[in-house]
Amino acid sequence: MIDTQVLYPESEDDVARLVADAVRSDSPVEIRGGGTRGGMGRPLQAASTLSVARLTGITNYDPTELVMAARAGTPLEEVEAALDENNQMLTFEPMDHRPIYGVEGTPTIGGVFAGNVSGPRRISAGAARDNLLGVRFVNGSGEIVKSGGRVMKNVTGLDLVKLMAGSWGTLGVLCEVTFKVLPRPETAVTIAVRGLNDAQAAEAMAAAMSMSVEVSGAAHLPESVIYRLMGGALDSGPATVLRLEGLEPSVAVRSKRLVEEMRRRGEVSVLDADATSGLWREIRDVKPFEGGGPKPVWRVSVAPSAGHQLVAALRLKAGVDAYYDWQGGLVWLQMEADPEADLVRQYIKALGGGHATLVRADPSMRADIPVFEPQPAGLEALSRRIKEQFDPRGVLNPGRMSSVM
Amino acid sequence: MTELIAFLEPDRSVIDRRPVIISDLADMLPEGCLITEERELVPFDTDAFVSYRRMPLAVVLPETTEQVAAVLKYCNDNSIPVVPRGAGTSLSGGAIPQEDAIVIGVSKLNRILEVDYPNRAALVQAGVTNISISQAVDADGFFYAPDPSSQLACTIGGNIGMNSGGAHCLKYGVTTNNLMGVKMVMFDGSIVEIGGKALDSAGYDLLGLICGSEGQLGIVTEATVRLLAKPEGARPVLFGFQSSVAAGACVTDIIGAGIIPVAIEFMDKPAIEICEAFANAGYPMDVEALLIVEVEGSDAEMEAMLERIIEIARRHGVKTIKESQSATEAALIWKGRKSAFGATGRIADYICMDGTVPLGQLSHVLEKTSEIIDRYGLRVANVFHAGDGNMHPLILFDANDPEESLKAEMAGNDILKLCVDAGGCLTGEHGVGVEKRDLMRHQYSGIDLAQQMRVRAAFDPKWILNPSKVFPLDGRNGSHAAQPASGKTAA
Repeated sequence: MIDTQVLYPESEDDVARLVADAVRSDSPVEIRGGGTRGGMGRPLQAASTLSVARLTGITNYDPTELVMAARAGTPLEEVEAALDENNQMLTFEPMDHRPIYGVEGTPTIGGVFAGNVSGPRRISAGAARDNLLGVRFVNGSGEIVKSGGRVMKNVTGLDLVKLMAGSWGTLGVLCEVTFKVLPRPETAVTIAVRGLNDAQAAEAMAAAMSMSVEVSGAAHLPESVIYRLMGGALDSGPATVLRLEGLEPSVAVRSKRLVEEMRRRGEVSVLDADATSGLWREIRDVKPFEGGGPKPVWRVSVAPSAGHQLVAALRLKAGVDAYYDWQGGLVWLQMEADPEADLVRQYIKALGGGHATLVRADPSMRADIPVFEPQPAGLEALSRRIKEQFDPRGVLNPGRMSSVM
Repeated sequence: MTELIAFLEPDRSVIDRRPVIISDLADMLPEGCLITEERELVPFDTDAFVSYRRMPLAVVLPETTEQVAAVLKYCNDNSIPVVPRGAGTSLSGGAIPQEDAIVIGVSKLNRILEVDYPNRAALVQAGVTNISISQAVDADGFFYAPDPSSQLACTIGGNIGMNSGGAHCLKYGVTTNNLMGVKMVMFDGSIVEIGGKALDSAGYDLLGLICGSEGQLGIVTEATVRLLAKPEGARPVLFGFQSSVAAGACVTDIIGAGIIPVAIEFMDKPAIEICEAFANAGYPMDVEALLIVEVEGSDAEMEAMLERIIEIARRHGVKTIKESQSATEAALIWKGRKSAFGATGRIADYICMDGTVPLGQLSHVLEKTSEIIDRYGLRVANVFHAGDGNMHPLILFDANDPEESLKAEMAGNDILKLCVDAGGCLTGEHGVGVEKRDLMRHQYSGIDLAQQMRVRAAFDPKWILNPSKVFPLDGRNGSHAAQPASGKTAA
């Protein structure tokens, strides 16, 4: 690797100027927020790094409007502290990637949206992209562009906001984001059903999601990972966990109904609000596979009923450890040795489709194996044309998502 | 009649080729899928934005995705504009054709292909009506959440085109939050599939970009949509206030207190009168403003939530509180609200605005709206989704009076600018269409719009898809910057 120079713009205009410089000198830049998710994507070889870490500060927050705006480099911590003070939260529960990469650093709000980083509540409250209302960014020509706004319903023009979410800095440098926030639930409980195998768990989670009890988290923790959560407090076989949140009287009623239903499937225990908060944070942050490697980790997104079938099929061919979030539709896979990319992706196709992202692997693997799911030719060509419309000279994070993105 | 909004100048060379085009289309479609007789084309000459009408060159109603692909490829190869159409319920003129355009309607693509409860998804064709999805899964305890007022007629294809909302999106989100995948025909007739039953898809968020793109990026023929478990019960409650300001402040305080009901709808006095006369819903007639607040869940849950809402409403001097006592009453309350546009149409012509404002600006914008309306000497009825700041002033006028029609459009434009200036946007759920196209520069800079247009061109290089819509006609990028029609007279 070459030593890279890190540039710290202090305003949107600085960002625009630096990108324009990059275009003029034809030298691509790596875009960085807090740098805690740098292990994601294909390794880059950029001459310099453009960090938005000094574009900080909450620019607009009126709790009664359920909306906040902040500059992209604002530490997530600062955003969450301000929300906390008003009993509000980011409803999509962004995952913290530090544990899984074993890195330090300060995650930024811009990084959260650039990666469309969501957590367990995604099944009920949407992903980061569903909560992003407006963006200001600098495109690859050094122009300052805005899209969306600060209101919850907005269909004015093309929704470039969604496109920016999850584009990992390949379409523009996010400078400011405006997003939806929601009241923090008054209380929460977790219903844990014990002793189900992966297939039974998938059925139990589907049954829970089809009840009118508003499950806000549905995960299955097989025996192989259970002792690595909650300091081992759950250790007595697999646990299928279902979270309920809301007003106290409402949670009480729903919890009773869900427990009654789940008792028919296995032994049931109920975790209180504190335990619930701790457990779901660990599920969110992939605590069972923490520590930076070296074992490769996949994040697989499939239809919820296909998740356990994928794992069962893989187990016949490779050493794999797995657990499930999103009702079984989000599978975290830790491979014993080789990432087995072809196998993983071939089985996903056979099971009705979805995609696999190689979240953790050493740089040489990530240079060889497509980190993000390769797209069919038509969509890949379309993605390339889109990239060209934002970044015609290819100066922004070139190749981070694929050889064309 | 004078028209404020210009359409693109029809391409003479296309119109001159009409006989050949019709014969070519007939060759690629089964019988009964091509409409060319003037009398039969009339129903397609506008949508719910009835002030503007244009006759299309022809209408095709394909029965398969492959037929859509064949027609689209033909049109692209021959540079013929295409206007996609669902049920034609657009309030912004999104489906109004033009004289040189082929309308591709999805009404024959009307089957629900698969219902998958374990994965809470339904695979439907684009011409399926919004309500029919909920109806198909109702008995099994599920529903499809976005519920635009036109849900009896409007199609999923149209909903995706416009990213439609509805009364209950405060809790459940709009179409884009409930759409999981699409099959779409691209400009060149190629067919792509994006997303599916997984919760997210790989690569750039093309699904998010397509949703709300107003038929300019491709034609969706199938969609995978999210099904949700029906709540155990739902109860709309009426809250009558002595002033719109008090009602608006009550909305802000309910949300601010951390309570998110499934819907908060607002009506002012003229709207209450119009809707009550139509639906006999039992709305209080002695108040200046009405909120319909709907809570859902079990009885205990609904009561717990209502108790807190009522306490807040009392602080704002609520005059009447009326809970629905039965499913029939609840249905009537919603019938009144959802037929607001139709009921208004019985007493006057109207145009409906759709700006969204930050919640804190509701009272201010209501006040300014009535000042604008007074200035033009018109009348207005306000009925809107208050919980998310999506305003719907209905401007009443007489379409037979050209001067008043013009005033109504001008008042509408002033109101939308007011919404943008208050920190909001031109349209919350109806789309830009032709109606708000020329106001886009009030919300976006030239650079912002140019970026959007470049993305559009990545999907449709010749700008054949719904070309008169969304982007101002002047200042379009590149060689496709067709000129606006010079004659501003109606067809």
